[in-house]
Parts: sequence; C-alpha cells; structure tokens
Amino acid sequence: MVSEESGNMIEFFGDVAQWFGDGANWTGAEGILNRLSEHIQITLGATAVAAVLALPPAVWLGHRRIGGTFVVAAVNIGRAIPSFAIVVLFLPISIRLGLGFGFWPTFLALLFLAAPPMFTNAYAGVAGVDADLVEASRGMGMTDREILTKVEVPMASPVILAAVRVAAVQVVATATLGALVGWGGLGFFIVRGFATRDSVVLFAGALLVAVLAILTEAVLGTLERRVVPPTLRERSASIETVVA
Amino acid sequence: MTGPALIAAGFFSWEWVVNHLDDIWDRTIEHLILTGIAIVVGAVISLVLSVVALRYRRTYTPITWFAGLLYTIPSLALFAFLVPVTGLSILTAEIGLVSYTLLILIRNIVAGIDGVPPATVESARGMGYTTRGLFIAVELPLALPVIMAGIRIAAVTTIGLVTVTALIGQGGLGFFIATGLTLIHSPVGTTQIVVGTVLSVVLAVAVDMSLVGVERLTTPWSRKRAAT
Repeated sequence: MVSEESGNMIEFFGDVAQWFGDGANWTGAEGILNRLSEHIQITLGATAVAAVLALPPAVWLGHRRIGGTFVVAAVNIGRAIPSFAIVVLFLPISIRLGLGFGFWPTFLALLFLAAPPMFTNAYAGVAGVDADLVEASRGMGMTDREILTKVEVPMASPVILAAVRVAAVQVVATATLGALVGWGGLGFFIVRGFATRDSVVLFAGALLVAVLAILTEAVLGTLERRVVPPTLRERSASIETVVA
Repeated sequence: MTGPALIAAGFFSWEWVVNHLDDIWDRTIEHLILTGIAIVVGAVISLVLSVVALRYRRTYTPITWFAGLLYTIPSLALFAFLVPVTGLSILTAEIGLVSYTLLILIRNIVAGIDGVPPATVESARGMGYTTRGLFIAVELPLALPVIMAGIRIAAVTTIGLVTVTALIGQGGLGFFIATGLTLIHSPVGTTQIVVGTVLSVVLAVAVDMSLVGVERLTTPWSRKRAAT
C-alpha cells in the first residue's frame, strides 16, 4: 500500500479521482451523500444541544462574575482529555445504559466535548466586559436585566459566536471518530479504508472530512464577520481552536 | 439497567492493571517520547517560521493561514492522508503531531516577541546589540513566558492527539484505548479504555505542571506575564 515513486503517486491520485467519479460511491446508505448528511446532522444537533446546555448558565454566571476558578479548571481538564478517549469511553457507558452502539455514544461524546469550551469561552466573554462600561450603564439607570441583554451579551457576542464556531469545528472533527464505535458519518470511509487496507478509500475519506471541517470553519467564520459589528471584531481573535 | 452501581459493575479490573504494570510503563514512556519529538521538532520549525514572519511581516498572514489550515484538518483525516505515503510508521504519526503544534507555537512566539517593550529594544540597540544578538539575548528571553504558555498548550494538546496515533500502529497509552475498543464487552476491554484515558490525562497534567516549573526556573525575573 505504500507507494513512493512519483509514477505510483500519479496513478494513486488517478484512482482517487476515479473513486469520486464513480456514481455508485455517491448514492445509497453507504454512499458519500448519505454519510455527509449524517455528519452534518449530528454536528448541527450536538452543537445546538451543547449551546442550549452551556450558554445560558455561562452567560448568567459571567454576568454575576462567579465561578471563575471552576471555569479555569474546566478548560485545563477539558483540554487534557483526548477526544478519541471520550468517544471510546462513551461506548461501554452507552451499552450499559441500553443505548447501544453507533449514534448515542457518538452523540453523547460530542456533547461532552462541545459544551465545556462553549461554556468557558462564553463565561470569559461576558465576565470580561469592561467593568467601567457596566458601571456606566448602571449609572444611566439600566436595570440588571438590561445590563445583561443590552450591554454584556452584545459586547460578548463576538466571543460567544467564536466559541460556537470553535465547538462546531471540533464536533465535525470528533464526529469522524464516531465511525470507530459503529456510527456512520464521513469517518466511515476512513475506518473502512483502514480495515480493508484500501488506501484509495482511506485517502478519499480523509479528503471529504478535511474539506467539511475547513468549510465549516470558513462558513461560520464568514457568518461571524457578517453579524459582528466591526468595532467589536478584534475581541474574537483571542479564542483559539481546539483539535480533535 | 439503571443506576451508577450497575453501570460500574464489571467495568474495571484491578487484576488486569496489576498484571500489566510493565506494559503500562512501556506505553507511558512511548507516549512521552512521541510527544517530546513532536514538541521539539514543532518548536524548531515554528521558531524558523516565526523569525521569517517577524523579519518579513507580510509573510505572517500566509504562514498562520497555512498553520491554521493544518490545525483545522481532523486528526484521523490527517493521519489517513499520510498513510498512503509514509505508511503505518512513527514518521506518519510525527508529521501529523508536529503539524498541530505549529499554529499555537508560531502565534505565541510572534506575540511574545511583539510584546517586548520597544524601550527595552531601543536600549539594547543603544548598548550596541546587533539584530541577531538582540533577538537571542534580549527578545527571546523576555518573550519566554508567552512562548512557554504556547509550549504548554501544544504539549497538552499533543498528549491527547498521541492517543489517536494508536489507529496507525503507534499510540503510547492510546494503544490501550484502541485495544479496549476491540474487547468492549469484557471487563478487560473497559479496564484498558479507562487506564489509557486516565493515564493520558494524568500525563497531560503532569507535563503541564513540569513545564510551569521549567518556566519559573528559566524566567526568574517574571512570574506573572504568561498568558494562559
């Protein structure tokens, strides 16, 4: 399977192109289109549920400026737990809960990985709003709720949106590993490529996954720039992406 | 089947752990070696690219763009790209691991050097430092806390990613996770998954704390400047 001569490489890329050109690889339950749609659906689902779970408490705690120590600990521990380990670890848990292989262990692992960084970044975004600004708003007669909804959340919106983008890209990446625990998605082609020692399928799968991850980053990044007012833009630059 | 006790029953076997202490030790060392090579090679490449980016400012955006592109590619996909070329080898693992360190390290090296106060740079020039002497003797040491913060993030991230290389025949502690996955219905399998996961987290925390120690020893004049 290892080909180092350039002639072989050209032949190899020809085989990859041929694989993509074969309509049979696109349709059906195990086709590219179905796997792509599975991958996008689980990404949207896990990111949305994680956002619903993580953002409201993060914004509220950030508003009250309590729980900072917990937040720092959560970031450090979250960064240290390998996503591969989480996906695999959720499999026996899911089996014992009666949820079986495939979708549930993958989905639960994605939630577990996506929620903490969203929480911490949103918390940091709201808690990091200039204290003078908050005081000035209070001086202008704003109620606590108005300060939250009209000052803190809009000011923190670039950071919150960046947090959602980073989480979504991480979910796309980690969902690839779902194929290892019996789920589908685009990781399916990579896992099948490894299992059957078929480097054409392996490479094609890798290409699909990489393109989807890069597109997710690009599309959400563009949306973010459309939504966030120019004066607030540089605040989101400090958020770093997480690899899976 | 509900309740934490039922879920935990038959999940973990201390007997397996006791009988495999040698294996666990060997895999831990392998994990550290894979991580160490990636960080050292990644740091050297990042330093070179950062020097280029600092000297020729226009190259900073394309360099970080490319590093960001590598960073965005999911690890399983990046390894899968390399396998047809470099096979199931340690080289494949290291190319992937090094790729992921670049963005973090380049950003922090450049930010660290940029953060050196202009007055300090000017004084050093006034004292007769050449550009190279200034970089090595003044700018790099003063940027060290920010650079070390980058190295810490890169090291912790790399320790996590090493587990994925188990799928291409390397893996360190990830070997236990991958093996456990094939024995998922037996306690021997789940035990290995837990051992691999817990030890890689412990390793990440231990390495992070050691790097904090190194940072304190190497930058006695500055204890609070490092960004997290």
